[in-house]
Amino acid sequence: MTDRLRDKIIPVTAILAAIVVAWYAGSYAMNAPFQRDLDRRAGVTSTTWEFVAKTMSQPKPTLPAPHQVAVNFVENTFFRKLSSNRSLVYHAAVTLSSTVLGFAFGTILGIAIAVCIVHVVTLDRSLMPWIITSQTIPILALAPMIIVVLAAVGITGLIPKALISTYLSFFPVAVGMVKGLRSPELTHLDLMHTYHASPGQVFWKLRVPASVPFLFASMKVAVAASLVGAIVGELPTGAVAGIGSKLLSGSYYSQTIDMFAALVAGSVVAVLLVSLVGLAGRITERVMGGRPA
Amino acid sequence: MTFLRILPWQALLALVLCATALLNLPLVVTDAGAAAGTAWPIMALLAAAALLPLLRLPRLFEAAFLFVAVHAAAWLLIAAIAGNEGGATASFFALVAASWLLAWRLVTVLSRMRPRARGLDILLRLLVPALFGVWLLILWEAIVRGAGIPFILLPPPSLIGLRIANSLPILAADVQQTIFKAVLVGYALGCAAGFAVAILADRYMFLRRGLMPIGNMVSALPIIGVAPIMVMWFGFDWPSKAAVVVIMTFFPMLVNTVAGLAAAGAMERDLMRTYAAGYWQTLFKLRLPAAAPFIFNALKINSTLALIGAIVAEFFGTPVVGMGFRISTEVGRMNVDMVWAEIAVAALAGSIFYGVLALIERAATFWHPSVRGG
Repeated sequence: MTDRLRDKIIPVTAILAAIVVAWYAGSYAMNAPFQRDLDRRAGVTSTTWEFVAKTMSQPKPTLPAPHQVAVNFVENTFFRKLSSNRSLVYHAAVTLSSTVLGFAFGTILGIAIAVCIVHVVTLDRSLMPWIITSQTIPILALAPMIIVVLAAVGITGLIPKALISTYLSFFPVAVGMVKGLRSPELTHLDLMHTYHASPGQVFWKLRVPASVPFLFASMKVAVAASLVGAIVGELPTGAVAGIGSKLLSGSYYSQTIDMFAALVAGSVVAVLLVSLVGLAGRITERVMGGRPA
Repeated sequence: MTFLRILPWQALLALVLCATALLNLPLVVTDAGAAAGTAWPIMALLAAAALLPLLRLPRLFEAAFLFVAVHAAAWLLIAAIAGNEGGATASFFALVAASWLLAWRLVTVLSRMRPRARGLDILLRLLVPALFGVWLLILWEAIVRGAGIPFILLPPPSLIGLRIANSLPILAADVQQTIFKAVLVGYALGCAAGFAVAILADRYMFLRRGLMPIGNMVSALPIIGVAPIMVMWFGFDWPSKAAVVVIMTFFPMLVNTVAGLAAAGAMERDLMRTYAAGYWQTLFKLRLPAAAPFIFNALKINSTLALIGAIVAEFFGTPVVGMGFRISTEVGRMNVDMVWAEIAVAALAGSIFYGVLALIERAATFWHPSVRGG
């Protein structure tokens, strides 16, 4: 326990505290010029401490102080009705629904592609290079077009956003699963051969179990990517609902505190999703009889 | 029925599709209701290509003939439909499907070849995916034109190519603004800062223990969300985009470099100790070279992230030039072909960026097993 305290908790807390202190200093430095201007016009002279306090309580600061963001976040998360347009839970739920839908599609598609690539030589030689190349392409640039074109055809709402998430999340899963399905060593494959196992048996009894750790590792990457896809997908819809639209409307009206609170909400969702996938991975491995390495 | 056993399934299916096409002639109906397009040469080509295995020619001849036949057939099909968009009959789609199946057969034949010469092998490894890409474009063109999908929703590749050729000055200005200013400056600053902090974190245990969990967590966060804030702070021009890129590239570089610096083996470190090498000597002569594969991995990940960051940041406000600006405004004006042109340029830029990094990596880490083993 003391080891854990010394090796992890104290250093992390210290760094976080340093970040918060730097944040306060930054918010004083960035808000001070505007506050000085305000004071001069109002003809107010304030003591140093009053001035510092004022820079930390502007309604639309350049850089909101951490406590302003925290208050806004807590207020909009816990003290609003869920149907309210200001409730962060509502916006997070909108983003979460398209993230999860897109992630599910993407994972299924990625696994299917990986299974095909591992079993068909033609696809391995022709499709795999494209999957790798596609990782070098800024796919997110497609997002506005997908949304607008699908809206022109009459498809709006959840599906277009989920498609962007699907698109972002299936690459990591496909690449990870190809690696995983190929991870059994030659000796293991030879052993299956001596058992006279059919290709189906080799697949289900050797390749699939061997690929599970790879699957969950790449699913963690995929779920983070699909959240980014959902947030960017909300931008061109004209700020209706979701964390992305909250950011956009915040930037229209320079409501920095709202924007930071939305960012915090997005980060909380990301951490929750990644840890859920990690937890599912650990449970699956335990159920399958894996031993902690 | 021995020939049924000799013919591959793609060829059999292609023959069936040719027969279906024969029953459903004409190939294309013009707006006036007249039949257009001559199906005979296409069918002759495809049938010959499908029946080719019966002659038991050497693989190379078979591949060469298939190559010529399927591409000539595709060319004729697209020439027949061009100008009569939306007039395709079942016969047209059957022939498109037949030529695609034979193209698949061609790729199968090519992927089974194992040439002895190294140069030929590399050529084949490039040709197979190139064919796949070409056929994706051919199918896109044939289906969009054949089914008469409005070009405003999904333009065929030929129109996108035309648009790229016609608007080179605009595209060049956008690339100049987004890639040469925002992406490159932000990328250099972000990677350099990540690297410097990683060296510091390596020197001081406390810093490393504190920063690593944070860095790992941040990599999962939607950092792209800081884009509107940066636009507010640094204005509409490229510095705000560069700032987004700096933030997006910093953490992958930090995490990978720290991991890489731990990669040098205990034996090698002991050797350096027996030489009485100092911290900095060990760092430059042993640990940084050992970390190079990790650092290059981060540089490659960051090349994509930097492009995405700069383009998405431009969605939040820009001067009237830039790739993200062009994409968002042309989408609003329903100039979808210009959007596709911009995306094609972005894809090309991303691939070149990545490719250059991969080449530098091969040159710099020539000693690494993954490069040496070739």
